[in-house]
Formats: sequence, C-alpha cells, structure tokens
Amino acid sequence: MDSKTPVENLYSVEPALNSSSRRSNFSIPSKASGGNSIREVNFSDLGSKPVRYGSRGADSDTYSTSQKEINDEDARLVHINDPVKTNERFEFAGNSIQTGKYSILTFLPRNLFEQFHRVAYTYFLVIVVLNQLPQLAVFSREASFMPLTFVLLVTAVKDAYEDFRRHRSDRIENNTLASVLVNDQFQQKKWKNIQVGEIIKIQANETIPCDMVLLSTSDPTGVAYVQTINLDGESNLKTRYAKQETLLKIPEKEKVTGLIKCEKPNRNIYGFQANMEVDGKRLSLGPSNIILRGCELKITAWAVGVAVYAGRETKAMLNSSGAPSKRSRLETHMNFEIIFLSLFLIALCTVVSVCAAVWLRRHRDKLDYLPFYRRKHFSGGEEDNYNYYGWGLEIFFTFLMSVIVFQTMIPISLYISMELVRVGQAYFMIGDTQMYDESSQSRFQCRALNINEDLGQIKYVFSDKTGTLTENKMEFQCASIWGKDYSGGKAMSQDQEDGYFVQVDGKVLRPKMKVKTDPELLQFARSGKEMKECGHIHDFFLALAACNTIVPLILDTPDPTVKLIDYQGESPDEQALVYAAAAYGFMLIERTSGHIVIGIQGERQRFSVLGLHEFDSDRKRMSVILGFPDKSVKVFVKGADTSMFSVIDRSLKINVIHTTETHLYSYSSLGLRTLVVGMKELSTSEFEDWHSAYEAASAALMGRTTLLRKVANNIENNLYLLGASGIEDKLQQGVPEAIESLRTAGIKVWVLTGDKQETAISIGYSSKLLTSKMTPIIINSNSKESCRKSLEDAIIMCKKFTTISGTTNNTGRTSRAGLTPVALIIDGTSLVYILDSELEERLFQLSCNCSVVLCCRVAPLQKAGIVALVKNRTLDMTLAIGDGANDVSMIQMADVGVGISGQEGRQAVMASDFAMGQFRFLVPLLLVHGHWNYQRMGYMILYNFYRNAVFVLVSFWYVLFTCFTLTTAISEWSGVLYSVIYTSVPTIVVAVLDKDLSRRTLLKYPQLYGAGHKQECYNKKLFWITMIDAFWQSAVTFFIPLLAYWGSTIDASSIGDLWTLAVVILVNLHLAMDVIRWNWITHAAIWGSIIATFICVIIIDAIPSLIGYWAIFEIAKTRLFWLCLLAIIVAALIPRFVVKVLYQLYTPCDVQIAREAEKFQTQIESGAVEIEMNPILDPPRS
Amino acid sequence: MSSNTPSSSAGGVGSADAAAPRRNSKRPKYSKFTQQELPACKPILTPRWVISAFLLVSIVFIPIGVVSLFASRDVVEIIDRYETACVPQNFSNDKVSFIQSAVDKTCNRTLTVKKLMKQPIYVYYQLDNFYQNHRRYVKSRSDSQLKDNSSWNDVSSCKPEDMSNDQPIVPCGLIAWSLFNDTYNFSLNNQQLAVNKKDISWKSDRDKKFGKDVFPKNFQNGTLIGGNRLDPSVPLSEQEDLIVWMRTAALPTFRKLYGKIERDLQPNEVIQVTLLNNYNTYSFNGKKKLVLSTTSWLGGKNDFLGIAYLTVGGLCFFLALSFTVVYLVKPRQLGDPSYLSWNRNPAGH
Repeated sequence: MDSKTPVENLYSVEPALNSSSRRSNFSIPSKASGGNSIREVNFSDLGSKPVRYGSRGADSDTYSTSQKEINDEDARLVHINDPVKTNERFEFAGNSIQTGKYSILTFLPRNLFEQFHRVAYTYFLVIVVLNQLPQLAVFSREASFMPLTFVLLVTAVKDAYEDFRRHRSDRIENNTLASVLVNDQFQQKKWKNIQVGEIIKIQANETIPCDMVLLSTSDPTGVAYVQTINLDGESNLKTRYAKQETLLKIPEKEKVTGLIKCEKPNRNIYGFQANMEVDGKRLSLGPSNIILRGCELKITAWAVGVAVYAGRETKAMLNSSGAPSKRSRLETHMNFEIIFLSLFLIALCTVVSVCAAVWLRRHRDKLDYLPFYRRKHFSGGEEDNYNYYGWGLEIFFTFLMSVIVFQTMIPISLYISMELVRVGQAYFMIGDTQMYDESSQSRFQCRALNINEDLGQIKYVFSDKTGTLTENKMEFQCASIWGKDYSGGKAMSQDQEDGYFVQVDGKVLRPKMKVKTDPELLQFARSGKEMKECGHIHDFFLALAACNTIVPLILDTPDPTVKLIDYQGESPDEQALVYAAAAYGFMLIERTSGHIVIGIQGERQRFSVLGLHEFDSDRKRMSVILGFPDKSVKVFVKGADTSMFSVIDRSLKINVIHTTETHLYSYSSLGLRTLVVGMKELSTSEFEDWHSAYEAASAALMGRTTLLRKVANNIENNLYLLGASGIEDKLQQGVPEAIESLRTAGIKVWVLTGDKQETAISIGYSSKLLTSKMTPIIINSNSKESCRKSLEDAIIMCKKFTTISGTTNNTGRTSRAGLTPVALIIDGTSLVYILDSELEERLFQLSCNCSVVLCCRVAPLQKAGIVALVKNRTLDMTLAIGDGANDVSMIQMADVGVGISGQEGRQAVMASDFAMGQFRFLVPLLLVHGHWNYQRMGYMILYNFYRNAVFVLVSFWYVLFTCFTLTTAISEWSGVLYSVIYTSVPTIVVAVLDKDLSRRTLLKYPQLYGAGHKQECYNKKLFWITMIDAFWQSAVTFFIPLLAYWGSTIDASSIGDLWTLAVVILVNLHLAMDVIRWNWITHAAIWGSIIATFICVIIIDAIPSLIGYWAIFEIAKTRLFWLCLLAIIVAALIPRFVVKVLYQLYTPCDVQIAREAEKFQTQIESGAVEIEMNPILDPPRS
Repeated sequence: MSSNTPSSSAGGVGSADAAAPRRNSKRPKYSKFTQQELPACKPILTPRWVISAFLLVSIVFIPIGVVSLFASRDVVEIIDRYETACVPQNFSNDKVSFIQSAVDKTCNRTLTVKKLMKQPIYVYYQLDNFYQNHRRYVKSRSDSQLKDNSSWNDVSSCKPEDMSNDQPIVPCGLIAWSLFNDTYNFSLNNQQLAVNKKDISWKSDRDKKFGKDVFPKNFQNGTLIGGNRLDPSVPLSEQEDLIVWMRTAALPTFRKLYGKIERDLQPNEVIQVTLLNNYNTYSFNGKKKLVLSTTSWLGGKNDFLGIAYLTVGGLCFFLALSFTVVYLVKPRQLGDPSYLSWNRNPAGH
C-alpha cells in the first residue's frame, strides 16, 4: 500500500524485490541440488563445489547470467504483443500440443516401425520373409504370418488405445479457453491458437497455457504464486515475479511493446535466461520471471504475461518422458542362454543339412526317378529339373528351411510373456495393502516394468537418511539462547489453548501446526524485552520468524472468526522454525517482497525487508536485513554451525559461545538438526555501504550471483551470537525393524546422508543400524595422504577385529556371527579424496569387511559415486532408496532405484523405478515381492526354454526320418498355436500367481532372501539340467510312438496329432509338477490348456481342406493311441520326478524346508520348536 | 504435511471427514486375490506320497504291459517278402531294367498258415525305405482338385506331375502318380479266396476329401509312368486304393491296407498267391512285403508297447522299493528348522 510513497523507498524496494526474485531463482534450482542442502545438508556442508550434482544448481545459474550472454543465433526473439512479427519465419511451434504419437494415417507405418525396433520382432519378420520364398515355403502363408500378426496386433491395439486416450486429453487441453489480448482487449481464445508473443491474462486457479514471461500481476509488487504440482509434483506454492518496469503497464490501455531475447526451448524447468527490452531499458530475466505451462495460478487474482514458448516447445512438454529403462539381471543372464540356444539351433540346422547333403550325394543317380523325389519334370515336353537348384544350393536351402522349422528354439514368445508377467506382478505389488501408506495416502508405484525380478537379488541397499529413514517432518525441539538451554517442552500443556494466536480485525489467526513449547522459555518470550535475557530471546525468535523464505497463507476455517495460517515454504526446517516462532508469540502473518508483518505477542509489527541474501552452499547461511519501525536496521543471519562460528564476533561473551557449542554438540548427538542464529545492528554508514553495494550488485547484468555473494559475505561478519535451535527429524515408523530384517536377510545397508557426523551416528544408533556391539571406524581426513593412511589403518584394524574374534570364538558356536562387526563411518570430505582415485579400491576392500557403512556430509554426486564404487566392483545387485532431488543421481546409478514419495518433491520418484511411501515397505518389497518375483521369473524363463526345446526337438527327430526334408508331422497350425494357445496361459498364470512361500514365512525368516543371492532359481546348472531334461522328454515323446507304430498303417497326420497332444500334455504336467500353490486359477489354466488343445486339434482336424482331415478321430478310436499317450507322459516325467524328489528329500534348500515347515507347522508347532527357532532371528551375519 | 495441504485447506479443521472417502478411494482394495491369498492347495512331496506314486504307476503299468504283450503275441502274421524272389534269374543283376521292361511280371508265391487266423484277416502290402513323408512328395497334391470337380485345373501345387500334354492331370501330383500297382490274387485249395476291397479307406476321406463327381482324367498319360492307372469311369471317392495311398504314411517303413479276407484260415492251410510285381522299388532298394495279419484290441503285432510298459512299471517298482529303503535308513523330518542353512552352518564350521 504505502510501500511506494517515500520516494527513496521506491528504489529500495526494487533491489529487495530483485533480490528476492534472485533468491527464489536460486531456491528453485535448489530443489534440484542446493535446496536439499537447505534441508538435507542442513546448512552444514555440501562437500566441495566440483562434485555437486547436476548442472541445474545455483552455479549454472550464476554461470549463465554472468559469463554467458545469449548469442543471437542461440536466441529466440519474441516481440511482445506482436505474434506475427515474432514468428515471421514460422519457426516457433504453435500452442497446440500433440502427445499422441500417431494420427489415423500414420498409425500403421509408425507403429510397425516402432515395433520392429525390437530385435525379437525383427527375427520373427526375417523368418516369415524367408518362408515366403517359394524355395523355402515350409509353412503355408497364413500359418507363417499368424504368430507375428498376432503379436503385432496385440501390441498395436494396446498402443492405439493408449494413443486414443492421449488424443482425447490433447483435444480437451487444446480447446481450453484462455483470455488473450487481441486488438487491445482480452478475448477468449482456444489454447491451441495461442501464439508466441501474445499477451495472455490468467485468472486465479487457472492453468497456465504456455510458458510465459510475467509482465504484471494483481499484486502491486508483482508477485504471483504458482503451484507446480503438475510439473514436478511439489504442492507448495512458488513465488514468481513480474519485472518492476512492466508492472504498471496495463495492456488494454497502452500498447506494450518490447523485445524478449531468450534461450532456445530446453527441458530445464529450473532454468531460464533472457533479456527483455522495454522502453529502451534492458532487463535480465531469470527462472523466477517465467511461469510454465501446466502450473496453476494461486492466490494471485490475475497475472499477465507474454508467451515465449508454446506447445511442444514448453518446458512441461519437453519434460514429459518416461522413466529410464533398465534391464534386469536375470534378463542379462538369460541373454547368454539365448545365445547358447541360438548356437544349438544352428547346430540342429547344420546336422539336418549335413545329413541331407550326404543323402543327396548318395542318391544322386536315382534322384530323377525316385517316386518320392522325381527331380525331372516332363510336362513341358523338354526335361528340366523341378525345384532343384544343384547340390550346394539344396543344402543351403535345407539349412534355411530348418531354421524356419526350428525357429521356436529361440523363445520369442518368452519376451512377450515376460512383459505380461511383469505387468501382473506389478499389479499385485501395487495392490498390496501392506505397502500402502496411510499418512501420505500413497500406493506403491511400479514405474519401471522390467526389473521386478531384480528385487529378489539385492545385496546392497544405499539409503538416504532425511525423508527416507526419517519422516522429514521437522519439529522444533529445543533452543539454546544466549548460552542457556531450553529443552523442556516435553508435554504440550493443556492450558495453552491450542497454542498461540493473534487477533486481527476481530479475527483470530492461529498457526496451522502446533508446536511443543518450553514453559520457561514461553514465559520469557511473553514477558517482553525489558530484561536483557528476554531481549535476546526476543531477537532470537524475531530472527526465526523473519530470516526465512516462508510464505504465510491464510486459510479459512468453518468458524468465520478463526483463520489458520499455513506456512508454505520449500524447506521443512524453515517451516518448523517459523511455526516454533509463532508458538512463542512471534507469528509471521504476511510477507511481500518489500515487507513482512509479524505479530509479536499479539501486536502486529511491520518490518521492511531491505535485503535478503539467500542461502547458498558456499556460505551455508542466509541473512535478511530488516528495517525496524524505529528506523534502526538489523541483519539477522542463520546458518550451519561451522559457517556461523567463523563469522561470529568471538570477542564478545566467549563463554556464551562455548556453552552454545556444547549445546550444539549435545543436540546433534541426540540426532537433532542444528542451526545457529546471529544478528547485528547496522549503523547508518554500514547500511549505506551495504546498500549501495547491494544495489550495484543486484542491478549488474553480469556475474550478479557472485557479486551478491560478495556483498553478503561482507555484511555477514562480526555477528552477535543469539543462539541455536535444535530440530528433530523423527525416525519413520518401523525403520529399526526394517533395517534389522534387511540385515538378517544378508543385505548390507549403507546410509548416505548430508547430515553432520554426530547427527548421522545418533540416527544410526536409533535406527539400529549401528549397535553397541559394533566397533566404529571413523575416517575424517583432509588430504589424500591422510586418507590413504587412515584407510590402511582401518583395513588392518578391521582385519584384526575379524580375525581375533574369529579365533577366540573358535570354540564357540558361530564363526561369522561371532566376529565383532565393524562399522565404517566416513565423511564427504574424505570421500572427495578417495572417490575417482586409486584409493577407491581400498575403500571397497574396507567396506566389504564392514557390516555397516555410514557416509555423512556427502554431496549428491558422491552418493552416486559410492553406489558406483560397489556396483562396478561386484556382481551384486544394488538398490538405492531416497526421497530428495539429491538422491536422483544415486537412484539412477543403482541397479534398482526406489523413491520415497514423501515430503520433498517428486524428483526422486520421477527418477526411480519403484516408489513407495515409507522406508519400511522395503521389507515386504524385497523379502516378499522380490523373492516371489525372482523365483517366478527364474522358473518361467527356464520353463519357456524347456517348453520350446521339447517341441523343436520332437520336430527335429522326425526330420531324421523324412530324408532330412523338414516335413512336419505335427500340423502347421498346431505348431503355430503351440506357443500361443496350447502352452502360454499356464506359464503366465503360474509366473504371476505362484508363491513358493507365504508372506508370513518370508517375513519371519528373512534369511530366505538368500535364495536370490545364491541364484537358486536361475543359474547355469539349472539351465543345463533343464535342457537335458528337455532332450530326454522329447526323445521319449518321439520314439515311443515311432517304435509302437513302426511298420504300421499310421499316417503322418495321425501320428502328428499324437505327438502334438503328447507334447502339450507333457509340458503342462511338467509345469503342474512344479506348481507350489494350486488355487482355482492355476487349475483352470493348466487343465483348461490341455482341454483347449484337444478342442483345437479336433477343430483343425475337422477342416476337410487340410491334410489331416479326421485324423484325430481315427486315431483316438484306437487303444494304442491312448496307451502311447500314457506311456509317454509317465516315462518322460520319471527322471525329473526322481531328481526332484532326491533333491528335495536329501539336500533340501532353505526354501524347501521352510515350505515344509509352513505346511506341517500346525502339527509340530510347539513351544520347543519355537524356542529352537529363535536364534535364527539373531541378526549379526553381515 | 505440505502434501496434505490441498485437502486439508479445503476443510480446514474439519477436514477429517472430507479426507476419509478420499483415503478409501486410494487405498488398494482388499481381496484375497489382490493380496495373493487365494485359498490354495500346497502339495508337498512327502516320502509316503512319492512311494505311493511309484507303486501306483507300477501297479497300473505292469498289468497293462502284460496284457499288451499277450495281445501282440495273439496276433498271427504271415509276412512274405517278394521283391527279390519275383525277379527272374536273368534280371537279378539289373532289377530296375526288369521292372521297366515289358516282361510279364506275374509271380507265384505260396504262404502257409501256421496258426489259426480268425477273420477278418487284413491283407497289407508293406514298403520299406519308401519316404512317403518326403517333403517334395507330401506337398505334391491338390486337395481342392480331389474334392471338387470345378477346380479340376487347380494343379499349381502338384509339380512335377501337374500337366501332361498341356492338360491338367486329375488326380495330379507325385502321390497319385506313384500309386502302388502290384496286385494280389489269393487262392486256397485252387479256389479263389475272396479279398474284400471295400471300405479299406477312411470313411471320412471318401465322404469329404474325394469327390463323387471327380473322375480321373489324363492320368498316367505322360512320358514316365509312375504306378497304377485308374479307371476313368469310377469317381475318385470310390477309388479306395488311391484313397489309402494318398493318406501318406508317417514313417519310411509302412503298410497299406490292400483288402480283407473275410473267413478264418486254418493252421497248415496253404495259400497260393498270384501277384503282379509291377511296382518299382528297385530304384531305391525298397523292400516289398505281402502281409496277412489278424488284429487284436491293440492293433497289429508289435511287442514294443508291452515291453515299454513292463519296463516303466518295473522301474517304478524298483524306485518305490529303493525310496522305501532310503527312507527307512536315513529319514529326514520334513520342515525341521534345524536343517536350515543358517542353523546348520555353525555346526559345520
């Protein structure tokens, strides 16, 4: 209101505004990296600068504005309010979006093109094409096309449906209306017609149609609040600013013209750089001046902006891409076997073609007249060779034909089945009520669909601390003010009447969250600033209320006289501090860029914000310069203890500083996050100096961030220590138990945190990551040499512990459990010297011997470095779990990335493969679902290999009895349907539904997870056993009918039907033999498939035009047929059954015993057994 | 906290009610299916189970084996291999030129009945080393032509026997062209022994595959005569020899039904066979046999299945025994947690 009346004030608001715009232009990238430094690293340490994660941080911002002016050729020129001129070369996209991939015309070619990107489909296609050559036509045209068409059709229908939905949502979005300035008045225009350069007006709660630079808003200072939930999932409000120069222009009345020169469209939603020339002035624009498509305007009544990027060039559209794809370990292993199978296929084909070559050579004189060969063709009068291309070519053709006939040796259908199975598994994981988080109402999410089975083989878990192990719900716990510790607020007393409130215009304002208060401190805080002690307390809370970037929102309640204040901000620490200040009577009520209103003990006071130096990772502190109503100017600073104590005036009250340091130490050993608060009063000259420097720096076009940092550093010194605060970050529910379970399961849990060492260790103890039995080894080094030395010492020490305890315990019961477990605690500074140097190897050695590794004060990129350290040196699977943007790199680096969808933004979730609400869900995810998925997928792959091999081998045996000429007795339609109808459903159903053990057992004995570590369900040995079994079964299937029908009147179609049915029943019974849990769906799938096969065979044999007409009826009449069938099935399955029985009864694996225990538990469940089982749960196995 | 803001801001303090349905909608629905807890049967291979399974198999298989073996033994077969014997001495070195020459191919054979043969006695011819399942061969036919008079010129698949003298051949293709053309005449005590050649083919073939209005045309008119000629006045559906021949055999040694003798043959009866040895198997060293055989409930004479059943049954019996022994000697309590690896390892070290 009157912020602009004093003339000099007008000018002082500008830099303030500018700086706060700068601030948030920082704090938004901070979500990506720096911001977590606000909360995760807690003003403490982010490691050295070069190892910062990503390029989106403040540095890049600095970089861009300071060093890089936008080149003309890299720039996009936008003439404000002149779309025609702007886009005169028609190079900018319109605002209509098309997320749909296909149009009706392009659907077929594009979809086919995309589908054939998969190798498997191309293989299919090549085989089909080969089959179309007349020389090679093994199958009829229809039959050869069918499998490929089927698969393509299914995928195409799926794609078409998805695309249809996209088109529909596109249409809705494109036809939404927005008001656009046309001929000096705002008119409704469809979104799709908006063009770059046009001026658009957005009303409150409207979605923004394209990326626009703000010109003016309803707020006199040019602030606009936007919610970016559609963009990055963060629900808190972000502030955006219109430039002062354009703020007062009203587009309807005066023509706004100008030129915006901005960078080319890119996908960085946290960065934007541009210049705007208005009225001859050149202004620089940053990310805080742009509002992006998909965001919603909140609180602000209206905002006017000019479109700079539209349609597909908006940042939101450029960012809409799927999760990164990873390939599962099992699939990688499987591909080796696939290569082997290809070799085997080639071997089979070679055998056939060599035999054919020998046969042709031996009969070369007779070929012309052999009644079943008849090389000569006489019909045309002259004699010529019919369908014969010479010996060599015939062999070559035989080879190709055998590839066509034996093509299913490579189980192409396996890839499709695996996709289906993973969808099914994901369905059950998502639907698991035990992985549903009540508090955040979030379900489990499966973002990557191709690594489900990897969850069963995880060996290392890398966990973030804040927000992952802890709730990231900050709670103000205690404060040390002027050397006095106030940590009494244990119980919230009833007489507090819902905490503190302020009355304004007859309305009661109340903070939304209540905070436990210390009664003594509350007393002091209320008693005014008369006493000296109370003066410090006053300043302390004023600092907490003022020195932050929190935006208070006034919310209505059902009671019209009561309003709630909700503090919106990006840092949970700041929120906690502001709520705490409010509880002690310093309530932040209003914040604009120029002033703040704080209700101090019920009295509204207005302070002008003269300047704000935002947090950055170098200074690790922030400061605000407040102009008091009594014209005095004070600077309030808060920051990490290390950075604060260096700028505190040590000459003052040295004992206060000492006690504060002691308090800080005790706070952090309680696991609290600490912040130190200081202030100083500025004299007029000091203020003048600062002000001019600040103004100059803010107005600078080049290197503004660096200049501002310099200004901040100048003012933030010789501070007067006020005190320190301790904020508790509560441990999530069930974390200690979860860590315990994971460790028992043989999974190593590493915690990587940005927190201080003391905090990290104390959290380590409270989460049972560290136990009193463990010997901690701590490495804090400041140089490479000392790093090397401490690593070597640590390795020796580690060896000593393990061997000594090993020998002493020789008499004892255990060897591994008896070792003194060693915990390694290492900090980020040491890691700087270790990672990417030859010391890595030693660190790896050391950490392998340690049961726990705890890394503190690590920068985001270091987290990824540590994951890489393990991932690159072992074959073990790694999993990274985290919630913040700082965990993104680690999540992407690990084999499996899990995001916690919690307090912080959704970047971790966006980058993750799986997302869930709580850390403890990791236990059911890994121990239960991971175990199941791994077992199921492993079995399914082996079974698919077997299934196809049996079928191919039966065909192969037959070829040996047909002069090696690739005749198939099994009708070609049965061959096609074999993997589509006859045998596909049971394997998918079993792979989705079968459970080797119940959830209860798996959670009770986490050690059972070791099955995945030992690769029990899929390994080379199993593969070979399976293939030998397939060989035996195919031989039995083929030779029993062969010998039984040798020299009889049997015709090819009839015996082919016998083979078809025998193989199908055999493979289905083989599966049935391995099914562990029979529920009705399994029954239906297996028996249904056998029945379906009979029906299909009957249908095929009821078609008169096919060669096998009525064969099944003729052969089914004979008893020999049924006896053959029975003999085949029993004889084929006996070896497998015997091996299985021997294995299960005499060398049972843990899973087997647990399964038996599960079944017979009811009988033997007695106290004695239970007691005997208890030691199992003893954790240390490391 | 901040993530709750949208919902709680709407209702303020009283937002608990508003949040409840929302929570319900997001929470995964509980059902036995979605929680993967469908009632299920979990069979476990207990020793008792295993032993009884093996015993059951042997109890079923051994009797079947015995019965099949007996059935096979009951079948009386007279097999007469004649392709060498029916070549005159002077052609014995060049049988192919004999068969291609115009010499009289008549040949007389004498068969003695060893055991009582009950009617019906099936007369087969058996060919060896004849690959009726050869790819070129099986593909060389036209089912549409056989079925339907109107598609008489559909001979594209019949190469190299598709056209003769620029006219389509009916029935076309190598299979029909190579139709077996030896003939047998049986006489017992100088009396003609009737061979019934009716209903030797599948009824389904006669009804549906071979048309009643399709007559042989231009058949065996080419340069190279492959086998039997067909009477152009008899429709294909009644050419039973052709129909039998065209059900191509699965294996290179096969029999084809020639006819049925519908009277009992007493032991020591002597049957005179006058045969015309027309069919050329000499070019590929194929054997030709004449077979007279009775049938059992299991079909022809083949001991294999009986032996196979006895073997499998015996093996299972043996397995059952050995599992019993092993089970008695070294039992393991099922589900005993002390066998779990992490309980066992300490003792092992």
